[in-house]
Amino acid sequence: MLAINLQILFSGLAVGAIYALVSLGFVLIIRATNVVNFAQGDFPMVAAFAMLTLLSSLKLPYLLSFVLSLAVMAVVGVAFNYGVYYPLRNRTYLPVLISTLGAGIFMQNAVLAIFGPQPHPLPKVFRAQGFQVGGVFLDSQYLLILAVTLVAVGFQYFLFEYTLLGKKLQATSQDKDMARLVGIPVAGMITFTFVYSAALGGLAGILVAPILFVSIGMGSTIALKAFSATIIGGFGDVTGAIVGGLLLGVVEAFAAAYVSVPYKDAFAFLLVFVFLLLRPQGIFGEKVSEKA
Amino acid sequence: MSEAATSTMAPPITVRRPRLRPRLIPPLVVLALLPFLPFAITVSDYTLNILMQATTYAMPVLGLAIVLGYTGQINLAQAAFFGLGAYAVALVTVTLGQSFWIGLPIGVALAAGLGFVLGLTTLRLGGHYLAMITISFQQIFDLVLNNWIAVTRGPDGIAGIARPSLFGWVLADARTYLVLCAAVLYAMVAFVWWLPSTRLGRAMRAVRENELAAEVTGVHTLRVKVVAFTISSALAGMGGVLFAAGFAYVSPDNFSFGRSVEFLTMVLLGGVQSPIGAALGTVLLILLPEWLRFLKGIYLAVYGLAVILIMVFMPEGIWGLIQTVWKRLARPAPVEVGRVRPLELDIPVADTSPILHLREVRKHFGGVKAVAGVDIQVSRGTVHALIGPNGSGKTTILNVLNGIYRPTAGGIVLDGEDVTGRSPHERAGRGLGRTFQNIRLFSALSALENVMVGAQRDGNPLPPGNAALRERALSALGFVGLADRAHLVVKNLPYGHQRLVEIARALAGHPKLLLLDEPAAGLNPVEKQSLVELLKRLRSAHGLTIFLIEHDMGLIEQVSDRISVINFGKKIAEGAPAEVLRHPDVIAAYLGTPGHAAA
Repeated sequence: MLAINLQILFSGLAVGAIYALVSLGFVLIIRATNVVNFAQGDFPMVAAFAMLTLLSSLKLPYLLSFVLSLAVMAVVGVAFNYGVYYPLRNRTYLPVLISTLGAGIFMQNAVLAIFGPQPHPLPKVFRAQGFQVGGVFLDSQYLLILAVTLVAVGFQYFLFEYTLLGKKLQATSQDKDMARLVGIPVAGMITFTFVYSAALGGLAGILVAPILFVSIGMGSTIALKAFSATIIGGFGDVTGAIVGGLLLGVVEAFAAAYVSVPYKDAFAFLLVFVFLLLRPQGIFGEKVSEKA
Repeated sequence: MSEAATSTMAPPITVRRPRLRPRLIPPLVVLALLPFLPFAITVSDYTLNILMQATTYAMPVLGLAIVLGYTGQINLAQAAFFGLGAYAVALVTVTLGQSFWIGLPIGVALAAGLGFVLGLTTLRLGGHYLAMITISFQQIFDLVLNNWIAVTRGPDGIAGIARPSLFGWVLADARTYLVLCAAVLYAMVAFVWWLPSTRLGRAMRAVRENELAAEVTGVHTLRVKVVAFTISSALAGMGGVLFAAGFAYVSPDNFSFGRSVEFLTMVLLGGVQSPIGAALGTVLLILLPEWLRFLKGIYLAVYGLAVILIMVFMPEGIWGLIQTVWKRLARPAPVEVGRVRPLELDIPVADTSPILHLREVRKHFGGVKAVAGVDIQVSRGTVHALIGPNGSGKTTILNVLNGIYRPTAGGIVLDGEDVTGRSPHERAGRGLGRTFQNIRLFSALSALENVMVGAQRDGNPLPPGNAALRERALSALGFVGLADRAHLVVKNLPYGHQRLVEIARALAGHPKLLLLDEPAAGLNPVEKQSLVELLKRLRSAHGLTIFLIEHDMGLIEQVSDRISVINFGKKIAEGAPAEVLRHPDVIAAYLGTPGHAAA
């Protein structure tokens, strides 16, 4: 019994790590621009297709394909910034929100037009399927996901807390006018945020593709989960995004195991409802009220 | 100007929103006859299908015009509400074998009921949360449709939904059924068209423009949002009911998230603020795939791009563009200033208890004690000023007074009633009016509409009906000298006038106590002097009690009867202007102590 529960916990954490990565991308954009990017889930999808092309069709080595896919995501990030966000930056949240929805439709259907509707498998990185530790089977891809997420979170912590670039990014997200006045290139910082966020989403997509299959719709569910994670963790809170993502992955895994598989996805949303009713600011969020 | 000026019973001034104009009759007749056109000429089944789709889709889209266009709240689950109506009819007629006319009210009620519940639980959060929650709801709905096979038959859907008969008249023929759909649609368009000029519609638009100001002006913002959401869901449900019987078949793909986005795009494309725009957008987006057929596989990608382009280049949609041109051509009739009734504030005399008592109010933000125990009493009929250096806690006190902040400790007694636990709109309903330091008007509304929102607060002693509200609003605008500007959209007014409109908005609600947050900020000397005159008039001619925050000492000396001074969240002096302004502690607070009096 314990072994089964540990097994569920393990896979829940791995899936949660994917949510956390995408959620982190969300939160960074929310902090920098106050925009909720409804196309965030399409970043993993685009990256997975890029990886599929480079690795399976062009037969490039894994590491090179990986780096090139992230480069593709950087380009997507820049294009997203200038095409979707920048022209609407001075309007209310609604036009931008809808514009990101449009961007999502565009990305999905552009990829659909190129690759067609059938899902494609992506090979795993390691030949070894995994290890048996006690009664728990540790899948190699899941282990990789957890390891890479850990590294990515560590890297981001270092970037934001210990580098000048990180300070500039933080300043931009806190007060754009003031940041501009002290000479920070705010537009550049925001572009960087989109690039970084797209790359994080891409990373999640590349990591999860061998488990899920590469398909047009693979991102939508991930994005909604990542969203839910953001709300559960605390809207706009970095730690909250990570904790929320992991928590959601684990809850889902247990719900699927003990309650119902087809309604697995509904649990995430129910959890969000519960949080919104009882603790709308999330686990780590602070209550903010509008100032008169 | 007009002889009617002296008459006390001057008829209410009619403005915009005229009754049926003769030149509108021909297009209306054409519209009324349009649904009968298929009987006169031969129309293919395919065309009839497209028409049926357009009429039924337009209904949820009209719902979005209310919730998104008027009220400014997003709803990304409109297809789910549409689906609720459709599945209700399918289940009632096919599974239970009952009549369509039993399914119809059930479908609409189900959609409205779920809209109400969803709105009630999430609308207080608004914004991005609402987007997220509605998507979640949409996804759960999708999951249920696909997986609750015993009831919904899963992805196969439910077929064989019969069309109804009406008064023994069978509507099985698509053309006849289309007439029914068109009639319902016209009724909805008329309703959505009429809504903005009602009390509810104005409150919705006030919420959209500035939710905080709406709440403080007396609008029960949560209720307005929930009502908007419920009506919108009901319209979507109605659309779903007619859709199901029209196409005789429902399946989950008709009610997916993609469809919700499509509805949203329709309303945005056409123009989110108008029922005609909503209908226009629906028709266009249904026809667009036909026209863009040459694009084949990339059609949806182009559609995605189009959504972005609409947002960037046509924020008001097609109808918005048409209207901008139209408004340049047609100007609203000017108000006859002479007919405006003088403002009355109906303030009862001979009560000597304080109108307002702040009882040891404290407000802490984390460790910061912004207000650290302040006790102030405001006497009736006085102008009471609250002054203090920047950051001393003045605006916090005002926000606590208003109910925007809950005090950490202490209480507020307004006219003998403890209102500490009351929300801002309830306080407004008890006669607390307010203006803001950084003007908070409903920018896209006219000056008149802004002030009418102030007049329609709960408990305002006015006769019922829009005419009384309009008259009251014009009186208030007349009092501040802006009756002739009543029809201008406030965002186009100069800054000084905007300040006056804000005061008029508060006055229209018959306030017992008027709170002014730095009313002179940003005014030039001439405007300041007229503000002084205005405040004096309010106090002496009308006996209105005013509690104001101000930095302009000249103004304060001229208008106030009593001054309270606070610093670091505590009251340091109180009394008549002459003594207070010379009080050594007050001078020290503003200029620093002699030790470091460099300033």
